[in-house]
Amino acid sequence: MSTPAEEAKPLAKKKKKVPFDYSPYIRGGKLPHIWCPGCGHGIVLKSLLRAVHASGTSQNDVAMVSGIGCSSRTPGYVDFNTLHTLHGRAITYATGLKMANPKLKVLVITGDGDALAIGGNHFIHACRRNLDLTILVYNNFTYGMTSGQTSPTTTQGKISTTGRHGNIDPPFDTCTLAKAAGATYVARGTAYHFQELEKIIFDAFMHKGTSVVDIIDACPTYYGKYNKYASATDMMEQLEKDGTVSVKQAEKLTPEELEGKLLRGVLHRSERPEYSEEYGKLVTSLQSKK
Amino acid sequence: MAVVEKEKRIFRIEIDPRLCKACVICVDFCPTDVLMINGNTVAVKNLDACNGCQLCDNRCPDFAIQVFEE
Amino acid sequence: MATNKKRFMQGNEACAEGAFYAGCTFFAGYPITPSTEVMEISSSRLPKTGGVFIQMEDEIASICAITGASLGGRKSMTATSGPGFSLMQEGLGFACMAEVPIVIINVMRSGPSTGFPTGPSQSDVMQAKWGTHGDHPAIVLIPASVEEIFYETIRAFNLAEIYRTPVIVLYDEIIGHMREAVTIPQPGEVEVVNRVKPTCAPSEYKPYDTTLGDIAPLAAYGEGYRFHVTGLYHGADGFPTNNTKLIEEAGQRLVRKVEDNKERIWKNEEYFLDDAEIGIFAYGVSARSAKFAVRELRKKGIKAGLLRPLTIWPFPDSAVDALAERVKTIIVPEMNLGQIVHEVERVARGRCEVKGIFRVDTEPIKPAQIIEKILGNGPMPSAPVSPTDSNMSEMLIERDMLDG
Ligand SMILES: Cc1ncc(C[n+]2csc(CCOP(=O)(O)OP(=O)(O)O)c2C)c(N)n1
Ligand code: SF4
Ligand code: SF4
Ligand code: SF4
Repeated sequence: MSTPAEEAKPLAKKKKKVPFDYSPYIRGGKLPHIWCPGCGHGIVLKSLLRAVHASGTSQNDVAMVSGIGCSSRTPGYVDFNTLHTLHGRAITYATGLKMANPKLKVLVITGDGDALAIGGNHFIHACRRNLDLTILVYNNFTYGMTSGQTSPTTTQGKISTTGRHGNIDPPFDTCTLAKAAGATYVARGTAYHFQELEKIIFDAFMHKGTSVVDIIDACPTYYGKYNKYASATDMMEQLEKDGTVSVKQAEKLTPEELEGKLLRGVLHRSERPEYSEEYGKLVTSLQSKK
Repeated sequence: MAVVEKEKRIFRIEIDPRLCKACVICVDFCPTDVLMINGNTVAVKNLDACNGCQLCDNRCPDFAIQVFEE
Repeated sequence: MATNKKRFMQGNEACAEGAFYAGCTFFAGYPITPSTEVMEISSSRLPKTGGVFIQMEDEIASICAITGASLGGRKSMTATSGPGFSLMQEGLGFACMAEVPIVIINVMRSGPSTGFPTGPSQSDVMQAKWGTHGDHPAIVLIPASVEEIFYETIRAFNLAEIYRTPVIVLYDEIIGHMREAVTIPQPGEVEVVNRVKPTCAPSEYKPYDTTLGDIAPLAAYGEGYRFHVTGLYHGADGFPTNNTKLIEEAGQRLVRKVEDNKERIWKNEEYFLDDAEIGIFAYGVSARSAKFAVRELRKKGIKAGLLRPLTIWPFPDSAVDALAERVKTIIVPEMNLGQIVHEVERVARGRCEVKGIFRVDTEPIKPAQIIEKILGNGPMPSAPVSPTDSNMSEMLIERDMLDG
């Protein structure tokens, strides 16, 4: 309901729409990025930047650490403390950095192959420690950078360059794995649901402890091409919009209706001592004994 | 007859052709069919229809399109 | 003035103490015989002094974690042995490429594979130089006594900080587990070097800027500099490049920054070399036997001498060159099947005879073996291999064997 004061000033009534200004977060001269036309990684990056902006964290206090893969090229574009490391090892570098300087808010950018295949061991151990890392798994169901091989999240039956007859390998569910390993914030979002994703990344970023977000996005160049999706848009509609249901929607659906769909939203949240704080307490108690 | 005309909102669409990769995402998701592909980049074909929803910007992977309200 | 404390300690303990003296405040590791004590001591000490200790899930994670920590501004190290050192190779290359100072201790044990975990060895000397792929710099130190482990660990940190590169300290299980007296210096008595930090405005900072020399100042994340680090070839600003000229320049510089400074990095001990006709080139624990052998040979009137490198990489070319110039024979005893002997041959260029003495039964090379080789008195007496042969370890802990 509008107040008389507002009615008297009709021009000020509605705030004009302004687009989000990404420029303070993008390093000068680094765009265009290397990602293919329609690659979901860029859409995810935008949600991520809006989330970090909303947190009000100074760019000096944000570190972004990635492994190797298309998704892992993200840090090169953004104006944070950025570290592009080895395939699968982002979490280990991030762990060292966070423990060396717990003041830093550390984002880990990783792909489904990077996080769950070669880096799977680090992934579960990070969740176990509950060190304050925000782990964002850009899950495009394939190895994009090496041109479309089977990844640990490739759906059974789908085609890849190393699964030419249809993938027979059962996939991991990133979120189930993260929860079982002890992560204290576990959620799933998609590039399609960009606003919801922004909110989830914001929550994950603010959460104290290991947070894992499985982010479904599209690799039109390989996964899309090999599996006969018509376009990037088609992938976003089939895999992200129709392939997922929100936790709320899921409550109303039968197991048959849920078949083959991934749950979206916050899937797990718990409180456990955060690792760097526990370490800090140990230091304080030992030093007070002296 | 008193017609309460809804204030017409006017938008400006900025496209950076240097960044646009013509992936068609914005064209496909625009609810009012404002955009089209013209060669290697996206172009505006019906600005009047734009409702300022910013779906095009939010789903553009390439930081190539922005919608401002005039 | 406080007098320096003499402490009786194990090699691995001396390593940890040396690291703390050098200002190491971050240790990440994974247990493995015979290096575990370095990790255990770090886990006890670092939390008490405000440093960070973290046990990682494997050695890959360990080397990566210390690299992350070093970029966070801390002097960082890990300690391992053969199998773990193999796992670290990719991370080692990353630290070379990204030019991040870290220290890696490899307490050498018998290999390949699990080999004989408690058996000493010197068979990682080539791996320490060439283990990671691609051309890269290598600084590798190789102490021969417990006290030397202490000082060489300090030197390793200093070199890492000066040259912005990983430094490896290699020693074998024998000195790692041996106990000897170490004189612990007062704080400030031994030079401790810290990396050069940028003084420019953050907007001006380039983490690989070489306008003032081959080694650029290194900021820490969180200090406002917001720089980029990658294992891809990169320009002065740290961002990936596919410019072939820049790639060539960066690749050359990476190796050159160590090669051009090798005189500062080299450290050798010369023992009875002045008039020597027979030179022994020996490192680590084998050098202890070599020293003993030199003394015995001198008693017999044989002009033997020892050249002992404390820096094995970059290889001490000029010292070996000078040796090859004046001796008839160079003997190279090593606890492997012949690794460094080829480097000696390379430098000697046929000017003298180069003979190796190799041993991989996990027993140390004994002075008698070296003496036999030099005297050439027929076949060597069969080397005792039984672990009950305490004779050798007694000889080894004889102080005068080292200090002569
Ligand atoms: C040790 C090692 N093994 C293999 C590779 C090759 N490689 C580079 S990226 C990649 C897969 C990347 O896939 P993913 O993590 O899913 O990221 P995406 O490219 O799909 O974003 C592989 C196998 C490598 N760089 N390092
Ligand atoms: S290959 Fe796939 S994941 Fe990589 S940039 Fe192209 S579309 Fe994206
Ligand atoms: S703002 Fe909405 S209506 Fe306007 S062009 Fe973009 S998507 Fe279409
Ligand atoms: S979504 Fe972006 S990159 Fe794709 S066509 Fe539209 S403006 Fe161009």
